[in-house]
Amino acid sequence: MPNSHQVKIAIQDVSFTYSDGTEALRNISFDVYTNEIFVLFGPSRSGKSTLLKLLNRLSDLSEGATIRGGILFNGQDVFDHRVNVATLRRQISMVFAIPTPLPGSIRDNLTYGLRMGGIRSIDVLNERIERSLKQAALWDEVKDRLDKSAFALSGGQQQRLCLARSLAMEPDVIVLDNPTSGLDPLSTETVEESLQELKQRYTIIIVPHSVQQATRIADRAAFLLDGDLIEIGQATDIFVAPQDKRTEDYITGRFG
Amino acid sequence: MTRQQAHQLAVGLISAVAALVVIPIVLVILFIIVRGIGTLDWEFITTVPRSGMKEGGIMPAILGTVILTFGTAIACIPLAIGAAIYLAEYARDTRLTRWVRLAIVNLAGIPSIVYGLFGLGAFVLFLNLGTSIIAGSLTLGIMTLPVVISTAEEAILAVPQRFRMVSLSLGATRWQTIRSQVLPQAMPGIITGVILGLSRAAGETAPILFTVSAFYLPRLPHSIFDQTMALPYHLYVISTQVPDMPLSIQYGTALVLMLIVLSLTLIASIVRTKMRRRREW
Repeated sequence: MPNSHQVKIAIQDVSFTYSDGTEALRNISFDVYTNEIFVLFGPSRSGKSTLLKLLNRLSDLSEGATIRGGILFNGQDVFDHRVNVATLRRQISMVFAIPTPLPGSIRDNLTYGLRMGGIRSIDVLNERIERSLKQAALWDEVKDRLDKSAFALSGGQQQRLCLARSLAMEPDVIVLDNPTSGLDPLSTETVEESLQELKQRYTIIIVPHSVQQATRIADRAAFLLDGDLIEIGQATDIFVAPQDKRTEDYITGRFG
Repeated sequence: MTRQQAHQLAVGLISAVAALVVIPIVLVILFIIVRGIGTLDWEFITTVPRSGMKEGGIMPAILGTVILTFGTAIACIPLAIGAAIYLAEYARDTRLTRWVRLAIVNLAGIPSIVYGLFGLGAFVLFLNLGTSIIAGSLTLGIMTLPVVISTAEEAILAVPQRFRMVSLSLGATRWQTIRSQVLPQAMPGIITGVILGLSRAAGETAPILFTVSAFYLPRLPHSIFDQTMALPYHLYVISTQVPDMPLSIQYGTALVLMLIVLSLTLIASIVRTKMRRRREW
C-alpha cells in the first residue's frame, strides 16, 4: 500500500439528522488513507450518500439539519467557519449516480469548475481538458468533437465526462456516489479500470453499485447499516471473512 | 347507457365547453378586424390626429403605448426577477417571506383603477413627478410585478435540482450557480412571464388615467417627465368623451391596440417554444 496509513480524511464521531428528524448517521468514525480506494457499502438508506455529501459540504443544502462531530480533511475541520466551501469542493470533487452533464458543449463542461474558480488561460484550460479526458479514458472518443453538446454522448460516455470534469479541477480526493448505476457492463469496466489508474494520484471514496463491484475495486471498505458503521477493514478481510454477522448476511446476499 | 356511449357523451360535452371558450374570443377579434380594417392604412398609423381627433391618425398614441411598455419593462423587470430569485433560491420559510408571498398574491388581485389612484398619490403628487411617462411607467410596473414574479419564480423552481448540485460540487458559488446555470435555463419561462405581463400593461387604461395620459397631445413627448397619449386611454376618450366621433376611427384604434397586445402574446409563445426546443434535457 502506497504512503501507508497517511490519513487523508478523518471522520470523527459524526452524526447527522435531517430537519424532519430522520437520523441518517449515528456516531460514525473512521479514517480514509491517501491513495486508496475506500468503498462505503450497505443497503439503500443506510446513510452512504449522506456521508459523502458531508465530505464536501453539499449537506449545507439540507436546511435545518443537525450535524455533530467533525471531519478533518488534511487536518483541517471542513465545518470550520473559516473554510471556503467553494475551494473545499474543488479539492474534494464529487461524481453523482446519474450522469449529469451541464447544458453546453463537452468543452464547457470540462472547464466549468475551472472557469468558476477564475482560471481564464486558454492554454491551461486546453491542457486540463486533454489530461482529464485521457485519465477518464474518454479522450479518443471525443477529441474531435469537444464543441458538440455533452448531451449527444451515450450514458457511459456522459458519466466518464462527469468523472473527467471532476478530474479537470485536479482535486485531492474524488468522491463517487454509485457512478456506474446506469451503465452497461463494458462502460462499468472502463470506469473501474480508470479508478485503478487514478488512485496513483488521488484518494478515492466510492459508494459501489453492488457488493461484486466493491470486491473488485476496494482497497478498504466500510459497511453501513441504518446510519451505523458496522464494520471496517481491508477488502481482503471484510469480503472474505467478515467479523459481524450482519456484514456477512449482506455480503452473501441474505438481505439488501 | 353503455361505457362507449358514456365516453362519447363526455368527449362531446368537454369539446362543447372548450368550443364555448374559443367562440367569444374569435368573435371579438373578427368583429374588431372587420369593422376596423378599412381605417387601417399607413396614414392612420403615422400621422397625428386632426380636427379634434375626428380625422387624421393615431401615431402619438401608438408611440406613447410603445414608450410606456418599455418604461414598464424597465421599472418592473429588475425588481421582479430579483424578487423571484430571492424567493426561489434564497428565502427560507420565515414569517417575512410568508408576508412577501401574501403581498404578491394580493397585489395580483387589486383592481387596476386602484393602481391608478395609488400612482396618482405616490408618484404624481407625493414624489412630484407630475403627470408623466415616468409616473405612468412606475404605476404600470408595480401592477405588472406580481404576474412576472410568480411566473419567474415558477420557471426558476422548475430548473432541476441536480444542475445546482453539480454546479456547486464543481466549486461554483451560489451566485455563480444561479447566474450561469439556473437563470439561463429558466429564461424561456421568465421571458414568457415578462411579455405576458407587459402585454397586459400595454392594454390597461385605468392605471394611466391619472398618471400619464394626455387627452389630446398631437406631438411626441419631449422627455420622460412629459405626458403622452396612449392607445387604451385614447380609445376610451374617442369612444365616450368626443361627440360625433366617426366609428371607423374608434374601431381602427381598437384594432391597432388589439394587434399590439396579440403580437406581444404571440412573441411570448414563439420565444417559449423556440427556447424549449433548444433545451437538451
